[in-house]
Amino acid sequence: MMYQKILLAADGSNHSIRATKEVVKITSLNANATVTVVLVADYSQAKSDVLHSGSSFELDMKRRKKLLPVEELLKQENVNYRVEILHGVPGPTIVEFANKQNYDLLVIGSRGLNSLQEMMLGSVSHKVVKLAECPVLIVK
Amino acid sequence: MIGMNILIEKLKIDWLSNIRGDVLAGIVVALALIPEAIAFSIIAGVNPMVGLYASFLIAVIIAFVGGRPGMISAATGAMALLMVPLVKDHGVEYLLAATILTGVIQILFGVFKVAKVMKFIPRAVMIGFVNALAILIFMAQVPHFLGISTMTYIFVAVTLLIVYILPRFLKSIPAPLIAIVALTALAIFTNFELRTVGDLGTITQSLPSFFIPNVPFTLETLMIVFPFSLALAIVGLLESLLTATIVDDMTGTDSDKNKESRGQGIANIATGFFGGMAGCAMIGQSVINIKSGGRGRLSTLVAGVFLMFLIIVLGDLVIQIPMPVLVGIMIMVAVGTFDWSSFTYLKKAPITDSIVMVATVLIVVLTHDLSKGVIAGVILSAIFFVAKISKITVTKKVMNDSSIFTVEGQLFFASVESFLEAFDFNVNNEHIVIDFSNTHVWDDSGVGAIDKVVLKYYENNNKVTLEGLNSTSKKLVDKLAIHNDKNAKISAH
Repeated sequence: MMYQKILLAADGSNHSIRATKEVVKITSLNANATVTVVLVADYSQAKSDVLHSGSSFELDMKRRKKLLPVEELLKQENVNYRVEILHGVPGPTIVEFANKQNYDLLVIGSRGLNSLQEMMLGSVSHKVVKLAECPVLIVK
Repeated sequence: MIGMNILIEKLKIDWLSNIRGDVLAGIVVALALIPEAIAFSIIAGVNPMVGLYASFLIAVIIAFVGGRPGMISAATGAMALLMVPLVKDHGVEYLLAATILTGVIQILFGVFKVAKVMKFIPRAVMIGFVNALAILIFMAQVPHFLGISTMTYIFVAVTLLIVYILPRFLKSIPAPLIAIVALTALAIFTNFELRTVGDLGTITQSLPSFFIPNVPFTLETLMIVFPFSLALAIVGLLESLLTATIVDDMTGTDSDKNKESRGQGIANIATGFFGGMAGCAMIGQSVINIKSGGRGRLSTLVAGVFLMFLIIVLGDLVIQIPMPVLVGIMIMVAVGTFDWSSFTYLKKAPITDSIVMVATVLIVVLTHDLSKGVIAGVILSAIFFVAKISKITVTKKVMNDSSIFTVEGQLFFASVESFLEAFDFNVNNEHIVIDFSNTHVWDDSGVGAIDKVVLKYYENNNKVTLEGLNSTSKKLVDKLAIHNDKNAKISAH
């Protein structure tokens, strides 16, 4: 039995594109697999996001645009996916979403921070591994 | 009956759908509001109670009449900064009168749906606004720590260390609160020579009461107060609507901006009659509220009520808070207010936008008046906009026996001159075709320019054909143009 419901946490960065490539590999084994791509609009960015965009419509477009490379990869391989944009603190928000919806697998990229950076910035993937109730695949 | 049910349902969602989260977040916000309310009072040059009462009243009233549930409104830095000259020259009673008038203006703004006009304030101006606000809040702190004593510097530094480093390890208690409690205790027990809040004003441990500001009800008073009220109304609304948009985004919900603007007005009128200074929504506090789990109107109500409760119970301790601790917290507020992505913005944005942003900041910092910066910024970007779109090009092509002029760009008052210069009128008995398919004629000046060109060519017996006018342009030309009138004179426009 392969993974059916996969959650891909992505922000359009290089590590999230690497994670997407792994998701493509996994779904290639199961044509019925569905992928939810989730982007978290970080609370701490809300002020500058709003300041730097003319309208909420434009802001939505900007966020969707971030996911374009991810969506392109998924489309190329005919992966069955949908996109969700959530608002909150990235780690806990991803975990809450994953735990509520019973995913079979959560895939997330890792920024590969060193220990000092991790102390200052906090590792999203770390938090997710600790608190998610489903299997987690961290992609380096 | 159905309408009633919907109303009750909406009230339930606004007030009771998130009781636990709202109460907890409200308490966190109340704790964060106290130092700010005191610091903003000190900036405005009034007793701390004026800011504390304002924060209590505005939060409580906005909880009921605001348009954006979960948003925190109280005494703010932007408003306090505007009041400084009024308080200095005329005293606090005039400030209270100005606060009431501010409310009246904001209600009118709400009724006439000015929220829509806010759309026309360019991004660059809004970014300049928050940056200027941050700089002014910081500058207002300087006299309270610069060159006072070594111990003052040490307390400011320790406060900054606590507020920036502690949250990495301890998230449940707000770091500024820990800084205030720990350092106030330290200052009391060690008898360090430090100025305290008590040196700058008194704390009254009682609820605010109703009174009419003690000012003469004359035209002269109105003339003194009105410019301040207008500036307060504009700045208050600007920050409130920006904050509402941020809360909209964070919560993924929508809000009623005109209701918010009326609500701000109602809150300010009431505040003025109860001895508080004008306020508005606060970006920082609203973000704290949402982050702490606040979503409904209850969170705003709890924030206001709990703030007043703390002042009544702990007022004696509040006046012992050392000024350097307050300064440290306000430096944090200033840093948090500043839009740090402005630096990448300056690199990436068109040069005209960067100029508008920097000009807005400079004008505010020089005049200490946020409203002047905003107005200047809007005017400057309007000028840049006109300059940008007033570029019009006319290219000439000769085909068979006719000359074809193709016009590209917008034809309006700012571009008519370059439009006219593009034509060569030293021709006789020719067929002139002017192609308008890549242009739009906007106003009487544009039509006038077309008339001028056509009539000039007529003078030398040329034939002129106008082509490709889009339908709105054509309507305008048909309505205003005079070149088909045989006796027309160019001066008619």
